[in-house]
Amino acid sequence: MSIEWKVVVGLEVHTQLLTQSKMFCACPNDYAGAEPNTHVCPICLGAPGMMPVVNAEALRYGIMAALALNCHVPPFSWFERKNYPYPDLVKGFQLTQYKYPIGAEGFIDIETEAGTKPFRVNRVHLEEDTAKNSHLTSFSGEHYSLVDCNRAGVPLMEIVTEPDGRSADEAVAYLRKLRDILIFLGIASGRMEDGAMRLEANISVRTAEEEAQGILRKRCEVKNINSFDVVRQAIEYEIKRHIRAYERGEEVVQATMGWDAENGRTVFQRSKEEAHDYRYFPEPDLPPLRFTEAEVDAIRLTRPELKHEIIVRYESSLGLDRYRAELLAQSRSFSAYFEAALGLFANVDRVANVLLGDFLAQVNDRGLSLDDCALLPVSAADIAELARQWDSGDLTGPQFKQVLPYMFDKGVGVEPAKADLGIRKAEASTLGPVLDEVLAANADAVQKIQSGNTKVMGFLVGQVMKATRGQADPKDVEKLLCGRLGV
Amino acid sequence: MSDLTHLTIEQAAAALRAGETSSVELTQAVLARSEQVEPTIASYILPTPEQALAMAAAADQRLQAGDAPLLCGIPGAIKDLICTEGVQTTAGSRILEGYRPIYDAFVVKQLRAAGYVMTGKANLDEFAMGSSCETSAYHPTRNPFCPDCVPGGSSGGSATAVAADQAFFSLGTDTGGSIRQPASLCGVVGLKPTYGRVSRWGVIAMASSLDQVGPFARTVRDCAAVAECISGRDELDSTSSARLVPDYRAACGRDIKGLRIGVPREYFIDGMEPAVSASVRAAIEQLVSLGAEAVEVSLPHTEYGLSTYYVIMPCEVSANLARFDGIRYGVPKPGETMWDAYSNTRGAGFGAEVKRRIMLGTYALSAGYAEAYYVQAQKVRTLIRDDFAKAFEQVDAIVGPASPTTAFPLGAKLDDPVQMYLSDVFTLPASLAGLPGICIPCGFDEQSKPIGLQLIGRHWEEETLFSLSYAFEQSTPWSLPSNRARITVGGGL
Repeated sequence: MSIEWKVVVGLEVHTQLLTQSKMFCACPNDYAGAEPNTHVCPICLGAPGMMPVVNAEALRYGIMAALALNCHVPPFSWFERKNYPYPDLVKGFQLTQYKYPIGAEGFIDIETEAGTKPFRVNRVHLEEDTAKNSHLTSFSGEHYSLVDCNRAGVPLMEIVTEPDGRSADEAVAYLRKLRDILIFLGIASGRMEDGAMRLEANISVRTAEEEAQGILRKRCEVKNINSFDVVRQAIEYEIKRHIRAYERGEEVVQATMGWDAENGRTVFQRSKEEAHDYRYFPEPDLPPLRFTEAEVDAIRLTRPELKHEIIVRYESSLGLDRYRAELLAQSRSFSAYFEAALGLFANVDRVANVLLGDFLAQVNDRGLSLDDCALLPVSAADIAELARQWDSGDLTGPQFKQVLPYMFDKGVGVEPAKADLGIRKAEASTLGPVLDEVLAANADAVQKIQSGNTKVMGFLVGQVMKATRGQADPKDVEKLLCGRLGV
Repeated sequence: MSDLTHLTIEQAAAALRAGETSSVELTQAVLARSEQVEPTIASYILPTPEQALAMAAAADQRLQAGDAPLLCGIPGAIKDLICTEGVQTTAGSRILEGYRPIYDAFVVKQLRAAGYVMTGKANLDEFAMGSSCETSAYHPTRNPFCPDCVPGGSSGGSATAVAADQAFFSLGTDTGGSIRQPASLCGVVGLKPTYGRVSRWGVIAMASSLDQVGPFARTVRDCAAVAECISGRDELDSTSSARLVPDYRAACGRDIKGLRIGVPREYFIDGMEPAVSASVRAAIEQLVSLGAEAVEVSLPHTEYGLSTYYVIMPCEVSANLARFDGIRYGVPKPGETMWDAYSNTRGAGFGAEVKRRIMLGTYALSAGYAEAYYVQAQKVRTLIRDDFAKAFEQVDAIVGPASPTTAFPLGAKLDDPVQMYLSDVFTLPASLAGLPGICIPCGFDEQSKPIGLQLIGRHWEEETLFSLSYAFEQSTPWSLPSNRARITVGGGL
């Protein structure tokens, strides 16, 4: 009889924080593209006699994250020294919040097949990133390593869950939701490809009886994962590996594993027995941190809205349906863009339709990103103006479809685009000769209308529009025709 | 002027302003004095005569322009644990030989802003670990009053430079007594300020929760002047205090009548040299005769001070010294593997006492032992703090010896760490409690070796210590130049 194996997954996420400066010194935080060892100072190089100063912005971000993850923020905390020798650690220890994390005992709701489920967060803590080692071989075959300290001291936040994941799907749902939260708070880039966000999964399996009794078996930790796909593959691989071992009557050794992307498998790195003794103790160079209720409340009240909160607001106060609300809230920047346009032209449907229709089509066709809408060639003010003109009839539908791509092409506003394209609204007063022509050429239709068949009016309007190459406002045309025909 | 090197800072400052001398002349005088005594005493790891003369010339210009601070043009020595921009800073260790920091420590910046003249980098026990200046990787320093004896430590060179008139003042650091004990053994005034009063930024860390920079000088007022210059908030040292720095010299001369001084019964123990005990008791009587009121107090956890200190300090040492691995800091010694290179570098670069403390600290923080050692020691540290807090409900200052002995012969305790550690038995508790302590000369033993009196104050109450010390100094002969005539090195004074 085959056993029904149950899956247990816990997750650890490290994310760099988007502060101006490093965790404990004034060096710029953003080192992307910088020459090695240029974003450094005596403090982040751990020079003799140097002391850390806590980055207040990083603390605020930590509290913000803790609150968004429904954690309790303790009244005080401190940094501790985590001691281990390695050339990526210039001081020989890393400062980290060990005993008193900045957030504890939270959760985030994830959507599963069975409905909404809370995924518990054990802790959120702040620490400093390490330097980056590169292992190289010279032309003569000599192995050597280089240390780049630009990353040393970059603020890092670690978020550790309880073992609440029951499948790879749930793990990924948690990670996606967490990433959205961090990005919407504006405290992390969420970029995994360059290591700004790093994932680790702790995986074990157990029988249904063990699950009922809350018993856990030996777990394996897969470290340094840099995509949701890989985390899914790694979890699924480990699940199979554990089950196979147990079914063969073997034991699973508690271990740290790495991911071998080439072969799509996990590889053993070290066992629990080989783990470091980090000899933590409180950093004597920093006084304990204290957080008053007022400070925490101020952060609670001013923290940016999260994606799911924005969606709910769009539904409830803007009257948008779920589908459109989700699309408009797909990125923090896009929702801000939408709201900025709405601030200038308060017609929700019109603005939403412009953005979710032709606008998104343009963005997608051009391979543009909505992560930072400030980089788009078209501004929110342009969108508001476009929606306004379309709504008022200053732009006809065909003109609208002509103008928007042009604005994307040239990065210009509505009026310059219209001028360049030679689009102007045909004034009613100038339509006389055209009306004469159309009425003369369509005597049949005129007669039908005058005998009460007003449905034919649409045909006549269409003829006028055709003759003006779409520049007339169809509403004006209809009104003029009614006047001429006395209907 | 014939005896420029004997002047106090205030006398020298007055002479500079009166045009009776120049900073260059003062500097030349102390450099000449150094030429005489340095071969015997060896106060410096690195004398810096050229810098000194250049700084003196600049100071003279500033003095001429008027409105120069008190310390402008005054020669002073800097303990070689304190970073000086572009000037080798070794911490007394081979591992930092040739290391030139790219920054001045906060205290050095303060002195530089005041226009001081740096005479050199003073010798110390390696990484400030020792009580005799003998663990310096470079050379021992000898006591000017008795060249066969040690000057105390770890700030031995800073104490001797001032005692032997090689500088008008100096900076030392005190972790468990490293200013007060050498001040006692060398017959000078030394202050360990309240923890947090002086920035530690740029001071190579030994035990971060205990280290504090402080001045040595030949008089209480001089000591107060230097203390005032180096004190104050530093944004780069989060443990430094934003409290205003009082005018410490103004506290010198304040009436001490009615001040209550506590005499802890635990500070008069067996094994203390009789001359020390007698001089300290006489000093207490002198303070009483000046109007202070002596009260017996008890600091019941004093006996645990030494063991508490020798757990906490090595724990912090083990982390603070981890960076000296030859990768970024420390003279590298290559090896087959990275781990070999680490071992070779640290094996060759550190001396025995440093290794002993790194090993002690690593052990005391290890999984399974941290609770019994580090955590337990922190609890006892709180009890020691509480002892003082309780005593300070009754008294304004605590008085006792700074060291149980006078200067001991070189080599006498080098092979017996516990005997060496006992040198600091009276200074450690105030360090553990973060309290300010001052040591002032209060007599000589039968061999003319100096004896020091220690006064411990409440947190941030250095002023009380200056008032008491100044009253004592002014009413006793111990700090007079005539007493320092007992110094015979280099032809005497």
